[in-house]
Amino acid sequence: MSNPYLLHEAEIVERIDEAAGIFTLRLRFTDSTTHGAYKFQPGQFNMVYLYGVGEVAISIVSDPRDEHLYDHTIRAVGRVTRGLMQLQAGQYVGIRGPFGRGWPLEEAQGRDVLIVTGGLGCAPTVSVINYVLNRRERYGRLIIMQGVKHANDLLWRDRYEQWAQQADTEVVIAADQGAALWPWHVGLVTELFDSIHLNTARTMAMMCGPEGMMRAAVKQLAQRGMDEAEIYLSMERNMQCAVGHCGHCQYGGSFICEDGPVFAYPEVKELFGVKGF
Amino acid sequence: MSEYPDKKASPSYFLPRERLQALVDGLRSAGYRCIGPQTKEGAIVYDTLQSADELPHGVHDEQGPGSYRLMQHTAGRRCFAWANGPQALKALSFAPRESLWRVERDGNGRLCFRETLPTAAAIAVIGVRACDLAALRIQDRIFLQERYPDPYYSARRKGLFIVAVNCSHPAATCFCVSTGDGPSATHDYDILLDELDEGFVVAAGSPGGATILNGLALTSASDEQRRAVKEQNRHAAQVQTRSLPGRNLRDALFANLEHPRWQDVAERCLSCGNCTMVCPTCFCHAEHEQPQLDGSGSEHLREWDSCFTQGHSYIHGVTIRPDTRSRYRQWLTHKLGSWHDQFDSSGCVGCGRCITWCPVGIDITEEARAICGEAE
Repeated sequence: MSNPYLLHEAEIVERIDEAAGIFTLRLRFTDSTTHGAYKFQPGQFNMVYLYGVGEVAISIVSDPRDEHLYDHTIRAVGRVTRGLMQLQAGQYVGIRGPFGRGWPLEEAQGRDVLIVTGGLGCAPTVSVINYVLNRRERYGRLIIMQGVKHANDLLWRDRYEQWAQQADTEVVIAADQGAALWPWHVGLVTELFDSIHLNTARTMAMMCGPEGMMRAAVKQLAQRGMDEAEIYLSMERNMQCAVGHCGHCQYGGSFICEDGPVFAYPEVKELFGVKGF
Repeated sequence: MSEYPDKKASPSYFLPRERLQALVDGLRSAGYRCIGPQTKEGAIVYDTLQSADELPHGVHDEQGPGSYRLMQHTAGRRCFAWANGPQALKALSFAPRESLWRVERDGNGRLCFRETLPTAAAIAVIGVRACDLAALRIQDRIFLQERYPDPYYSARRKGLFIVAVNCSHPAATCFCVSTGDGPSATHDYDILLDELDEGFVVAAGSPGGATILNGLALTSASDEQRRAVKEQNRHAAQVQTRSLPGRNLRDALFANLEHPRWQDVAERCLSCGNCTMVCPTCFCHAEHEQPQLDGSGSEHLREWDSCFTQGHSYIHGVTIRPDTRSRYRQWLTHKLGSWHDQFDSSGCVGCGRCITWCPVGIDITEEARAICGEAE
């Protein structure tokens, strides 16, 4: 019986500061066989272990085609992530994974892809954006809707500007609070559905971020005739084991770690928006 | 080890009361450490058993919501004339606290991880009730039969040899008849006992159990003894007064997520987590890190956790269930509701421990009825 709890040593090959309190670790398993066998899908996550402190579930943002390294973009909010932020290239962490079910990128082939994210929700969806842009011919239009609380919170501003230049790609961004020279919308990102060129019949939506935002987005899409089964969301709950044993991420009939974190909306609809689950 | 026996096919023998020690000896000489019920600090608990004399002879119990009392009848000879105490079988296969792995760090910061699997100790548990066998089957499903089999649970589970006893004295808090899990054991045991005044009617439930019984050279149980057992089992089922309002309350619970009763029970519930600690099926656990003070290594542990704690639903700065109402609702809707979606059964086996050991006497059957009505 293989042990799903056992970690593998990984080296931090590169560390990138993204913004205040947000950083990316570029990793490689020190054991080449482990590294060679490692495969993941965008939307899946790893358990990242900080020596002596503990583990945390973090989504993988890099492209699965990159055989050299895999990346985690992390916001320092808790004991483990604040400690991880102190690490530098050449230091080591423990990794086990990948876990969970990723984004439906096969099913989305030939379709338009709509990304709706809020806050650091963009990290799990950046993997989708890059995946689609790196395989542009397989997908239709790409629409990226990003919401942030404050204009200063927008991570990877240059990337959004770059994405907006791509063919068949549309980018809209909203900040609840704007700032000087903020070129985008001030308000909620879910107010922008009328400004995008959306053909609901040929679109698959993928969302990640605060549940209130996703709820509002689902409502907007449903009003525009989108089939609920074409809406996918990435859910977050306390996760400790990642393998459906510890019970913390149980959500209705699912464990988010094992059955998700990406769900088709009908799979979570019954409890989505009910406070306390 | 255990198989699913066809009760009718396995012959039943008679073990005279004075020969109960021979069963303990037989198990010990087969290499098992025997664990059996004993009276400790006012409760019947499972502990290492050297002698059949240590069993709670003449002990009866009286259980009610938030209440547990033992009474000694000096003339009483029976040693299983009581309903389950606070401990379930659970701790023997799903350890309350155990190490998952260790990591060593060298001077260059390199990390070396080593799993710390328990060795499969051969343990024979004497006195297991039907409700706890039903719970064991549920935990087997969770830890062994889903996508990621758990090697720690598996190692402990493999070593278990089960001597079940059909329940003859259910407590007032018991409701295993309504969940369909008791009072008689039908599966997953190696040996099954039915206690009569003069001794035990015994049957094997696995080849291992048959080997132990063969070693005892027992005579067949008489027709009269078999009839007495049947009558006793029927009576144990009849005397139960509590019941859940249905075997599958999933839809009824999720249709009533805003029922005022959730607030009502929250005003009584202390959110202490006792119900989840005594529950034989609750499987939540938290992982902890225990670094060595000299910085050379660290141990990763898991420990039973409860959905009634503040930390259970914590995620980056937010507590999803900050109040008792949402925690009790989480527990009950999972236990009796979404458990069906996940594991094709209810998470409740009717053992009644959560009623007895609730410090304020909250009764799961009463709460379920208030919220769901008579579902079926």
